[in-house]
Amino acid sequence: MSNRYIIELRNVTKSFGNVNAVDGISFGVRPGEVVGLIGDNGAGKSTLIKILSGVHQPDGGQIIVRGREVSNWNAARSRESGIETVYQDRALAPQQTITRNIFMGREIKDRFGIIRVKKQYEEANRLMREIGFTSTVFDPDSPVATLSGGERQGVAIARALYFDADLIVLDEPTTALSLVETAKVFGFIENVRARGRSIIFIGHNIYHVFDVADRFVVLDRGKVVMTEDKANIPAAEALIKQMQEIAELGHAADLALS
Amino acid sequence: MIGSASGGKQKQIAREEASGLVKWSRNNRRAITSTLFLIVMLIGFTLANPEVFSQFKTYRSVMITLPVSIFLVVPLVFVVTAGEIDLSFPSIVGLASYAFVSIVDQGGEPVLGIAVAIVVGASLGYVNGILVVRIGLSALVATLGMNFFLRGFINILVEGFSIAIPEIRGTFIHSLLTDDTIIISGNQGIPNQMLWALAFVALGVFLYNRHSFGVRVHCVGDNPESAAEMGINVNRTRILVFVFTGIGAAMAGIFSVMINFVWWPTTGDGLLLPVLAGLFVGGTPTWGGIGTVFGGAIGTSIVAFIETGVIAAGLTGFFTQFFYGLIIILSLIFQRFNGGRVR
Repeated sequence: MSNRYIIELRNVTKSFGNVNAVDGISFGVRPGEVVGLIGDNGAGKSTLIKILSGVHQPDGGQIIVRGREVSNWNAARSRESGIETVYQDRALAPQQTITRNIFMGREIKDRFGIIRVKKQYEEANRLMREIGFTSTVFDPDSPVATLSGGERQGVAIARALYFDADLIVLDEPTTALSLVETAKVFGFIENVRARGRSIIFIGHNIYHVFDVADRFVVLDRGKVVMTEDKANIPAAEALIKQMQEIAELGHAADLALS
Repeated sequence: MIGSASGGKQKQIAREEASGLVKWSRNNRRAITSTLFLIVMLIGFTLANPEVFSQFKTYRSVMITLPVSIFLVVPLVFVVTAGEIDLSFPSIVGLASYAFVSIVDQGGEPVLGIAVAIVVGASLGYVNGILVVRIGLSALVATLGMNFFLRGFINILVEGFSIAIPEIRGTFIHSLLTDDTIIISGNQGIPNQMLWALAFVALGVFLYNRHSFGVRVHCVGDNPESAAEMGINVNRTRILVFVFTGIGAAMAGIFSVMINFVWWPTTGDGLLLPVLAGLFVGGTPTWGGIGTVFGGAIGTSIVAFIETGVIAAGLTGFFTQFFYGLIIILSLIFQRFNGGRVR
């Protein structure tokens, strides 16, 4: 397996006023792996995600996409580089149709900017079936405001699916979802991994993260305090114990897991 | 009954067709509401004075000046959908049309005058955009300030003098823009400016619904954070709606001067409230994210017909404002049935 990263951050920093939200983080994602990004509130997860997705520009450090350093990083660049982010808030415009939300920012259009409405509608219809939207109550022309939380998550995931991203960032994807909907999200993650694409999975629920991730990156106060392959961790409980120690000590204790 | 399977299939197809019509009316309900309101209002006026409202010249008299409002309301629907407001358009109308008449008055080509006026309008719209988006001023206050500032600038520039351009009559460009090409009765027809305005509405509807610019305006007004997360350049989109309004205001100003043959230092001044009323009466809500260009054109038509209708119904001009207010509030109550903001 190739050791080359799809995307790599080197010593990236970002501060808001006096707060160093991201304080020199380095990490990378390899093709086909699921990275579980975990950490307590305020550890810097959200800021890191927004740097990856281009919403925030880092103050310092390098962003390397497929071995090449990028400059003028922004949200459009990030998406062009094959990174799709499913945000915690779903990043939806609720008064707009499902179709319009799926293609928000990356419409199917000709070179004059004229949108191919019929094509978008058909693609949205196909995607909705693919992710298991079988309800007859809504169609691709329904406004997102008429959907439940899980269905809205589905729209955000459909977006990532359509653009066939190399790296999908899932920010707390199972928050506020029912058990059935959570299972659907896991099925989706397996599906993406099977296609050789990568995922960064951010979660509060360590059990959820533990089940799907191949590798864990633990953040604390803007720094990476632990990186470990799943093979080296016997169970979710051990990971939780580590997390608790990190919260108390500010760094990882020696791995004494067995 | 030949077979239950084919019967079931037919039923399903019929249901889909019905849902298509339902969907269309659901997606366009705000424009449909204002259109029905205009029709009911015209029927009311016709009942009050059948003689006046059965004559073409009554409608023609409205169609002479209505285009000026339509050129303004179309881009303003984009502004309000983007979650912004622009109150400076009356003075942009004045300043852009001043550029046009100055050039024509000094013997310049009318086409050059039109081009310069549009550049002036677009530039002033860009200044609005910079003030609101880059400097972060409130659109309401910044554009109100711009409205006073630009009108004041006009007054300093011309010191109260108006400019007449009778020489424009008979030129090719004047005929193209304002003659009656489609004759309805006698020598009177639909003024060309109305046809241009309708073409502008069609362009606006297309841009608003089928072009990525219009779609992004919707997304930015609906949820700017989401739009930014999805890679839409929110600031650029916001600046562009102000530029578009500047261009619309310049075109409104050019038509206003072409119709009247005179430019006054007050040109455009009286448009602020009727055009904004028409915009909201037409079905575009105040909160952003949704709206209707076609409805906006209908809304300005409603406002334009009120004065004619009130006078024709035998009431004095003192009643005009009263009915303005009454009809605006009634139509907004009807729009309320289309629902409030959803999140």
